[in-house]
Formats: sequence, C-alpha cells, structure tokens
Amino acid sequence: MNAILSLEPGLTWAFFLAVLPVLLKGLAVTIAAALSGYVLALVLGIVFALLRSARFRPLALATMLVLELLRDTPLLILLFFLYYVLPGYGLVLPAFAIGTLAIGFQYGAYLAEVYRGGIEAIPGSQWEAAAALNMTRLQTYRDVVIPQAVPRVVPAMGNYLASVLKETPLLSTISLFEMFSLAMLIGDRTYEYIVPLTTAGGLMLLLTSAVGLLVSRIETHLPRQGIPLR
Amino acid sequence: MEKILDYSRYLLIGAEATVVVTIFALALAILLSFAAGIARAMRVPVLARVCAVYVAIFRGTSLLLQLFWIFYCLPLAGIEISPYLAGILSIGLNSGAYGSEIVRGALNSVSKGQIEAARALSLGRWQTLFLVALPQAARETIPAFGNIAIHVLKDTALVSLISIADISFQAQQLRGMTYDSQTIYLICMAMYFALAMVLTAGRMGIERKLDISGTGRSGKASA
Repeated sequence: MNAILSLEPGLTWAFFLAVLPVLLKGLAVTIAAALSGYVLALVLGIVFALLRSARFRPLALATMLVLELLRDTPLLILLFFLYYVLPGYGLVLPAFAIGTLAIGFQYGAYLAEVYRGGIEAIPGSQWEAAAALNMTRLQTYRDVVIPQAVPRVVPAMGNYLASVLKETPLLSTISLFEMFSLAMLIGDRTYEYIVPLTTAGGLMLLLTSAVGLLVSRIETHLPRQGIPLR
Repeated sequence: MEKILDYSRYLLIGAEATVVVTIFALALAILLSFAAGIARAMRVPVLARVCAVYVAIFRGTSLLLQLFWIFYCLPLAGIEISPYLAGILSIGLNSGAYGSEIVRGALNSVSKGQIEAARALSLGRWQTLFLVALPQAARETIPAFGNIAIHVLKDTALVSLISIADISFQAQQLRGMTYDSQTIYLICMAMYFALAMVLTAGRMGIERKLDISGTGRSGKASA
C-alpha cells in the first residue's frame, strides 16, 4: 500500500475521515440533481411517447427525429449546449437547473421508448376485446393496458434511475459542486487523488447498489396478472 | 453557410480521435464482455468471482470517476498512462462490464434441451460451450451490442476532459474562439448522430448477414 499511497497509513486514515464528510455533502447534491432530472425524465417520457404516437404524421415523424437526436448525443454535449446557448436567449439558469434539463431530456427520450415498448406489448386482441365490451379509450388504458404495462417497464425504469445517478458527475463540467467535483477539488489541492476519488467511487457504488435493491424489492411486489413477462 | 462549413471542418479534425477511441474501446469491451460473460456463465472457479467483482464495480460507479481514477491515480502508483490509453481502458472496461451481462444472459437462455443433447453426444462442458451454446448465444447478442456500440461512441465525449482533441474538445475550443455556441453544438450533435447512424447501419448489416430477425432480445433498456 505504501508504494501506492505517499501518505503514512495512519495519515491515510485521517485523510479519509477528513474527506468523507465533505464528500457526503456532495453526495446530497448528487442525489438531488439525479432525482430532479429523473422526475423530469419520467414526465417528459410520457409527453414524448404521446407526441411520437400522434395521429398527425408530420408531428410524429418530427418527434421521432428529435428523440433519436437526443438519444445519440453525448450528455456532455447536451449539457454544454444548454449551458452556453440558453443565456443567448436571455435565459440564465443555475447549473443545477441546466443539469436537470439535460438529464430530463435525454432520459425522457430513453423512457419514451420504454413506455412505448410496455404499451405495445399488449396484444391487439385485448384492445379488440375492450372495444367489444364497449370500453372507452380511457377505460381501456386505465383498466387493461396500464396495469399490464407497468410490471414490464419497472425494471427498465429502475435501471435508468441508476444510470442517471452515475451520470450526475458530468454536472461537474458545468461547475455544479457535487460529490465528484469536490473529490477532484480535494485532489487538486492536496495532490492526493487516490483517497478522495476512491471514497467517491465507494459511495457511488453503495448508492447504486441501494437503488438496485430497492428496484428489485418493488419488482417483487408488482402484480403479475395478465400477459406473461417474457 | 460559409460559417457552417468552417466550423464543420474544424470539428471534423476531432472526428479522427473520436473514431479511434470508439473502435479500440469497443473492441476491448467486446473482448471483456465475452471473457467475463463466459467465465461467469461457466462458473469457472475463482475467475467467476473476480469477474463478478469487476462487473459490480464498473457497473456500479460512474464512467467519469473510472476515467479520472485511471488517469490521475495510476500515475501516482508509478504507472504512466497516456490520455488515449486511459480513455480506451476506462470506456472499454466500463462497457465490457455491461456487455458481460448480455453474454451471460444469452448463454443462460440457450435451451436446456440443447445442452442435454450435447451431453448425450458426450461432448465436454467446454465443447458444449464452443460448439453448441456460444454460436447461438453470440447471434442473440448482436442487437444489444449495437446499443453498446452507440453508448461507447457517446462515452468517448468524456475523453475531451482529459485533453484528447476529439469532436467535443474541438467544439469547446471553437466556442472559446467564436462564442457561437448554438451553431457549433448543433453541428457537433449532428456529427455524433451521423456516427451513430454508421454504427446502426453496421449492426443491421451484421444482422442481415446472420439472418437475425429484428426482434432479438433488445438491449435497448439501459445498456
């Protein structure tokens, strides 16, 4: 270990203990940014999915193109785009809001696809049966389609929540002081990168594992009726 | 119009680095995916455990953290590493962890009947793997690896942060010179979009060649 760490073992431990509370404060920012981006994505995903299946063809096609563009652009570029372009239109937002928007739009585009997949998995015969039973479109969605679609989309939604958490360190590039940027700052000041970066990595690992556990807990409590899940 | 051409030319200088890092990182990712996926599916003693830890660490933390850890911490341990190598290593290791789950899943989903048939023909465990299971599983993974390829492409944007002059880096430089952010980043997005199209076309070409119907297990949900 001493070959790797220039600090004495005792000092390394003390350094770790000094760094930990700072990083935990950063972690709170990381979680807040990830959650606000994710919630926006959940909502935008529905909007995107609806626009994409619009009856008016040009609108549906335009949405498809925009969604593909959003999915294929690196989040970093999306962040810079919003960060540097919006002020040109008189819209000066804090880094936190820019991060929320960028994550919301990109993951909204991903989630639109997830929602669509969940709904398309319902066979056409069920729609016909619902029509035969004189159910309205709204009733069909509420009582037939959504209850069966939810268990199919939850695992993917959970994965995206973990992904969003892992992407938030990118917000450091637009000067949001979350966990990663604090770890780098400590590293830059002390020339000791290993302790802060490894600690940040460990905390991130704990967090994503917790999310993974939470999602699998939710999955086991979902109703299993209706069409089989593969 | 003149402006757009000038910008495009400047950004295209970075395309080379983006493509190089994408290709090498993707190759490394595919290699690691199969190595770790097979080791875990075959429950190779010790190695399977090591691979499980590797996958947990690289899937559980951020790529940016991994990249900076490799770039900033390894030199402190006396291992000199170039930005290119750090970029390729971190993206390859990261995507390889995701890919190994795809390979493992595909191997586990080969029907029991086939494995039993191979046993009846007295094929060994590894013969069964290489002659029966893997050829079928590998085809199944193509759509999911198509998604991984696009993720790798997007991930390469991060190498601009460790001073590799890729498309994103060039865009930042250009923005610093012209302050024309909107045009620059739109062109930049169009370039990543075009490169993603190339990767998608490549995947579809492979699928057609292997005669895989487009329905295959979709890895679209978060690769």
